Amino acid sequence: MEMSRIMSWTSGYLRFSVPRMALATRTDRKPPPTRTFWGSTVGKKTVMAVSGLIMLGYLVAHVMGNLKVFFGPEEFNAYGHWLRTMGGPVLHYEWALWIVRVVLVAAVVGHAVSAYQLSRRDLKARPTPYAHKRRRASYATRTMRWGGIIVALFIVWHLLDLTTLTVNENAQPGHPYENVVATFSTWYGNVIYIVAMLAVGLHIQHGFFSAAQTLGMGNATRDRALKALAGVLALLLTAGFVSVPVAVMTGVVS
Amino acid sequence: MKLKLRVWRQRNTDAPGAMATYEVDGISQDMSFLEMLDTLNEELILRGEDPVAFDHDCREGICGACSLVINGDAHGPERTTTCQLHMRSFKDGDSIDVEPWRAAAFPVVKDLVVDRSAFDRIIQAGGYITAPTGAAPDAHATPVAKPDADFAFEHAECIGCGACVAACPNGSAMLFTSAKVNHLNVLPQGAPERETRVLDMVATMDAEGFGGCTLAGECATACPKGIPLPSISAMNKEWLRATRKVRR
Ligand code: HEM
Ligand code: SF4
Ligand code: FES
Repeated sequence: MEMSRIMSWTSGYLRFSVPRMALATRTDRKPPPTRTFWGSTVGKKTVMAVSGLIMLGYLVAHVMGNLKVFFGPEEFNAYGHWLRTMGGPVLHYEWALWIVRVVLVAAVVGHAVSAYQLSRRDLKARPTPYAHKRRRASYATRTMRWGGIIVALFIVWHLLDLTTLTVNENAQPGHPYENVVATFSTWYGNVIYIVAMLAVGLHIQHGFFSAAQTLGMGNATRDRALKALAGVLALLLTAGFVSVPVAVMTGVVS
Repeated sequence: MKLKLRVWRQRNTDAPGAMATYEVDGISQDMSFLEMLDTLNEELILRGEDPVAFDHDCREGICGACSLVINGDAHGPERTTTCQLHMRSFKDGDSIDVEPWRAAAFPVVKDLVVDRSAFDRIIQAGGYITAPTGAAPDAHATPVAKPDADFAFEHAECIGCGACVAACPNGSAMLFTSAKVNHLNVLPQGAPERETRVLDMVATMDAEGFGGCTLAGECATACPKGIPLPSISAMNKEWLRATRKVRR
């Protein structure tokens, strides 16, 4: 335990008096109301960081899957099929996929609820603006809330488009390649997708750095590397995602 | 130097406030910003008007009493306290906006004076160590590694001025609280309360109505003592460690 470690190497004076007094002060202490994990701003921020990193991990896998579109319909559709059979024969058809979906839904809900609650609190903590206006913080930092909302709306549209196929022009189950080409053959499909991916990129640029700080990984020497890594991750992800609609528009993928 | 000032005037906490415009003349470049305000106040008193209320004490950058958001920057354009800001940082004919710290947890008392007692309550929650009274122990009785001593000293520099809260778009006190937590938590003298300190100080910070951290970094830019942004991450690490260690 912590205490015995101190006792063993501090002076004799401290050895007897400090731990005993500390214990005495600790026993009659009432825990303040917000000492639970979820009740604390730091705890909520931790939920936001962990859920954000889970979603980020998913996006990295997702972009690599998407890039298979450049290898043609057979490979892309076979990959789509594998997503349903992965984990087999231990897991039943689509079980692994459903596990991923449940984790992602939990992450989105946890992330959105903590983002909403913390944002409400932050706005209340600074009710009066300064008369002398000055631009504060970077663009990525200032757009976390609106960017997050854009991404949330996009997730809904994206599921209706390519998972349930409700709004897809092609809507052929088991033929994701053809459905993707159909999406990016409409102007609104391209606009929605590209705007959302730029929003995701900005969100990750600030979000990745933030998450590292929240989880206690920041320090003076590491922060420059973390910022650079956040930028590289954001750029690669956005470029990877955007390359698909661009390829369909230019006829590279058809 | 002749200057045009726009200063926040507010009779008391509940009264509505507004920016009032004043002209001051005869300002020397060697005056501090507070001496410039003294000059304005002398004129106001001679005219029979209410002088502008502002906080100050040591006027040498060590007590943390002075405040003021000057042209949108907490403590003004230089990295120092308002009392150590000199008028040579401004030009003749400049127009300067002077406002109080803005945060829900720092209500305006009068004009440019805000109530920063929320900071005192954060300190009360854990900004102390348990030490025996009586004769002082020998200075070398408790060894402290050099990097730990440097880390503690860097954070001990915080003077509790509140510029970090004023600069933060969320009115967050994370930089201040992290300075106080890190200062004591890294030292053997602070070890007995290492977990309760961070948990209680963060809980009190939340209860006082400060916002959360979004890593905007404005606090560290404004801090006259150069408390760095990663200090917040170091406190988060202590908080996460404490939640794992303390049974509830
Ligand atoms: C449901 C839609 C989303 C909303 C409403 C949302 C909103 C937010 C907000 C308000 C923040 C805090 C910003 C700040 O601290 O300045 C944040 C942080 C973050 N977001 Fe999101 N976001 C969403 C989706 C995503 C997605 C899809 C990812 C996956 C890459 C993600 C990754 C992150 C990360 C890693 C953080 C940093 C956590 C931290 O601050 O410690 N977010 N989000
Ligand atoms: S951290 Fe810096 S800005 Fe904040 S109270 Fe301490 S000295 Fe002032
Ligand atoms: S008056 Fe003491 S720090 Fe400025």
